[in-house]
Amino acid sequence: MTNLSNTTIAAPTRRIRWSRLLDHAVLIAGSLFLLIPLLIVLQTTTTTDVETMKNGPQLVIGSQFDDNLKDAMVKASGFSGENTGMSMLINSMILGLGFALGKIIIGMMAAYALVYFRLRFATLAFWLIFTTLLLPLEVRILPSYEIAQKLGLLNTYTGLIVPLIASATATFFFRQFFRSVPEELVEAARIDGAGPVKFFIDILAPLSQTMIAAMFIIMFVYGWNQYLWPTMITTDEDMYTLVRGIKQITQDLEGTNIPEYGRANMLALIAILPPVAVVIFFQSWFVKGLTESDK
Amino acid sequence: MAQVSLNNIRKIYANGYEAVTPTSFDIADGEFVVLVGPSGCGKSTLLRMVAGLEDITEGVLSINDRQVNHVDPADRDIAMVFQNYALYPHMTVRKNIGYGLKNRKIPADMIESKVQEAAKMLNLTDYLDRKPSQLSGGQRQRVAMGRAVVRDPALFLFDEPLSNLDAKLRHQMRIEIKALQRRLGVTSIYVTHDQVEAMTMADRIIVLNEGRIEQIGTPAEIYHAPASTFVASFMGAPPMNLIDARLADGQIMINGNTALAPAQGTGAITLGIRPEDVEIHDDAPIHFHVDIVEELGAHRLLHGQLADQDFTIHVGKDVAATPGATRIAIKPDCCCLFDPETGKAL
Ligand SMILES: Nc1ncnc2c1ncn2[C@@H]1O[C@H](COP(=O)(O)OP(=O)(O)OP(=O)(O)O)[C@@H](O)[C@H]1O
Ligand SMILES: [Mg+2]
Repeated sequence: MTNLSNTTIAAPTRRIRWSRLLDHAVLIAGSLFLLIPLLIVLQTTTTTDVETMKNGPQLVIGSQFDDNLKDAMVKASGFSGENTGMSMLINSMILGLGFALGKIIIGMMAAYALVYFRLRFATLAFWLIFTTLLLPLEVRILPSYEIAQKLGLLNTYTGLIVPLIASATATFFFRQFFRSVPEELVEAARIDGAGPVKFFIDILAPLSQTMIAAMFIIMFVYGWNQYLWPTMITTDEDMYTLVRGIKQITQDLEGTNIPEYGRANMLALIAILPPVAVVIFFQSWFVKGLTESDK
Repeated sequence: MAQVSLNNIRKIYANGYEAVTPTSFDIADGEFVVLVGPSGCGKSTLLRMVAGLEDITEGVLSINDRQVNHVDPADRDIAMVFQNYALYPHMTVRKNIGYGLKNRKIPADMIESKVQEAAKMLNLTDYLDRKPSQLSGGQRQRVAMGRAVVRDPALFLFDEPLSNLDAKLRHQMRIEIKALQRRLGVTSIYVTHDQVEAMTMADRIIVLNEGRIEQIGTPAEIYHAPASTFVASFMGAPPMNLIDARLADGQIMINGNTALAPAQGTGAITLGIRPEDVEIHDDAPIHFHVDIVEELGAHRLLHGQLADQDFTIHVGKDVAATPGATRIAIKPDCCCLFDPETGKAL
């Protein structure tokens, strides 16, 4: 009897659970797969182009970060000398913000009209808007370009942003959201003397906070990463966006010069950061909104 | 302050459903009128037409002798309290209460003092900076009240404002609302399907059924002289007993030849007797068989058979009761007679 109990007590050694180990191996491999390119980008921004050319990516962190940053931000590229990293960053910002805000405003207003006003054919209008999801920019790019060109919108911010702004996605999400707002809230506001504009600004917009935040995340990143349309609509170098500009620099790779690794990767880094910042910032806001407010 | 007059008001919804048949009544200045009826009878529809939230299909609605059929809700000088309170969730209590004033371009310092006054009246002073989600059901209810009283309207409209509260709180709020209305003297229309609320709060009750008015009267009139079997069975808990009877020889007869009470006329009738209008005596004339005794603390309900028809008696806790045969007497002048075909009072 004593023997038996002794052996049972002695037994607990830490058993390795192989399935657990495997899970972690998969996760670690996945993380590395995503992280290593980013680390290479980071590393390359800290060394000189010559070193990168000679040795490829290294494990050591160099001392050239400041120089590369300065290069990337202020050094002119192209022929005109008008597009620096700074100007491209500003252009990208304008595109991202204009795109996101424009889509949110248009989407909210369209949804407001569809949900709250007794429009004739409102449902038909909604489904028409909805079917435009099937016609992304790429499908209608030639007519869109022609219209923009005829309106003299080439090489303008208006031309860059406005033709992209109508959004079935945003309209759809705001419509669904507005329909979930209790009817009594509208009625209470009517009795409180709030007209359509006041109701929209004082009540509907604040209630939509979380929806706006979510839309902003999606649309900002979407706008920031636009490549095809900016390429078509802007030919002046001072209108280039970051996503386009990086391409311009990496083209040097085919030349005989030593490619500007440091500068190109620095620009790539700069191109990544704002979307990441937007996601991080708005996500916390988004979650806060979700948990705090109730309709 | 206002008197309200409805003249043949009718509502047909877009799908062709007639929710309110042509309905007329007047409400005097400062009166508290309760609209009561079963679910779906058109109470809310009627109230919302008065508020201007629903179009009036036919008829004339006047507030203070001004026809308001096509006047915007905001310009009717009314305030409404909704069943689910409809507070603006993103605004503090202070802003919720003050919103209607702000939209009417009242100066900020005036709004603040009015909000403070209303908050004091409703014991909300400590909660002015909270959001509605941080309040209890009763407090939210009070904020909804605050939003109504702060505007000092001519007419209060309530649509089942207490139905989301538990029984105890409902009782308390019932008294508070009534007291507040008395104090402010504002004409009020109050919708409920709870007949206790109707009885306790109303100056006058309007009983609705299927979009029609069954009866208008003071709580006492409605209770003691119901205009139809519908009202008789809707108002009162437990409801009035309704049994088949017959008039003969100046008596109300049931089941062959038992005479219940004197009454003139002849022919079949429906007889209505309130459960508490019955006394139990060993030497009383009428046989009653008790099946179930329901113990309610302050009183007892005896469910049983009177001449083979279901009948309920309400007795005080001091009256001992056991299932089995007993004898009862009807108190004098407590019989209501109805036409068995139409259900109308005779
Ligand atoms: N928009 C509408 N279209 C068609 N019919 C409607 C509409 N709104 C309400 N009704 C119908 O009108 C009738 C009266 O509705 P109403 O909301 O006035 O009832 P109520 O007496 O307030 O009931 P409850 O006590 O359940 O609130 C109901 O039969 C309802 O189905
Ligand atoms: Mg209702």
